[in-house]
Amino acid sequence: MGKVVVVTSGKGGVGKTTSTAALGAAVARTGKKVALVDFDVGLRNLDLIMGAERRVVFDLVNVIQGTAKLSQALIRDKRLETLYLLPASQTRDKDALTEEGVAEVIARLRSVFDYVFCDSPAGIERGAQLAMRFADEAVIVTNPEVSSVRDSDRIIGLLDARTMKAEQGEVVQKHVLVTRYDAARASRGEMLSIDDVLEILSTPLLGIIPESQDVLRASNLGAPVTLSEPLNSAAKAYLEAARRLEGEDLPVVVPFERKGFLDRLLGRRAA
Amino acid sequence: MSILDLFKRRTSAPVARERLQLLLAYERQSRGQPDLVSILREEIMAVIAKHVQIDQDYLQVSMDRGATMSTLEIDIQIPNKSAMPLAMAG
Repeated sequence: MGKVVVVTSGKGGVGKTTSTAALGAAVARTGKKVALVDFDVGLRNLDLIMGAERRVVFDLVNVIQGTAKLSQALIRDKRLETLYLLPASQTRDKDALTEEGVAEVIARLRSVFDYVFCDSPAGIERGAQLAMRFADEAVIVTNPEVSSVRDSDRIIGLLDARTMKAEQGEVVQKHVLVTRYDAARASRGEMLSIDDVLEILSTPLLGIIPESQDVLRASNLGAPVTLSEPLNSAAKAYLEAARRLEGEDLPVVVPFERKGFLDRLLGRRAA
Repeated sequence: MSILDLFKRRTSAPVARERLQLLLAYERQSRGQPDLVSILREEIMAVIAKHVQIDQDYLQVSMDRGATMSTLEIDIQIPNKSAMPLAMAG
């Protein structure tokens, strides 16, 4: 039985899709079978981040409505043979997803894959609730910024109330993943510190992903950053976060500012 | 960060632009109506289904949309006549 992990945040634009791709690829690199499921029906983007946008034939809605088999809709990654993508539909709306349909798809994925990552849409509506509905664990993607932390708190509330596990009296294991962390701004006190975020959310930390242009570059190229540039600082942070997700006890090191001479000269940020 | 990296980093935006242009051209054209590749897929399947019962388990469809050319691959395993209990063409 595979593990179902929802990647969620409430707020949009904090890095859910990027993190789903990076964490999923990181786990798949270790030989585990991984499925990434895009729940953002109508506004899919995981296909684009994974570089599979030209290969989408069928999608999650087709599978739920029975017009395609699950095996036909799954797209195998061209770089990693243990990594698969189930894209969202681009033409339908969120009402095309039914709870029974999602339950069946997740159950079947769980029986075949070691990990099923559900990329949640932004918001707290139906799509986001269905994405988290059958999760065993949750990765809450948070930026060190007030509105993101507030929305994460809201999502944590939903994870504790509206998931199948919660309704059965169990607990969805939750992890906070801080993304777009800018060590320079944090050291100048312009950004919430990691301690602030963790104290407010009182949820364990999965990792800290530094703000990095390599993440943007990976999106541009359509490759998860953990595959395209595994030695980059953001990729390393994702690789370590993935190991923690798999249960390894790795300490989290808060990134610190280390500016090169050229950066100083050009007045560039780590961003 | 090395000097080489500085040069390397410049090159990803054009790739992004190209990928987006290709994708959006397709999505705009297909908004509200199925695209040519999907129509072909359905009609080809219908023709084959007229003669052979298609077992969904032995059917794989893959596609790759390109700027100037797209490929549609339909992989169907058709059982031999002797092993086909529901042969329609006879």
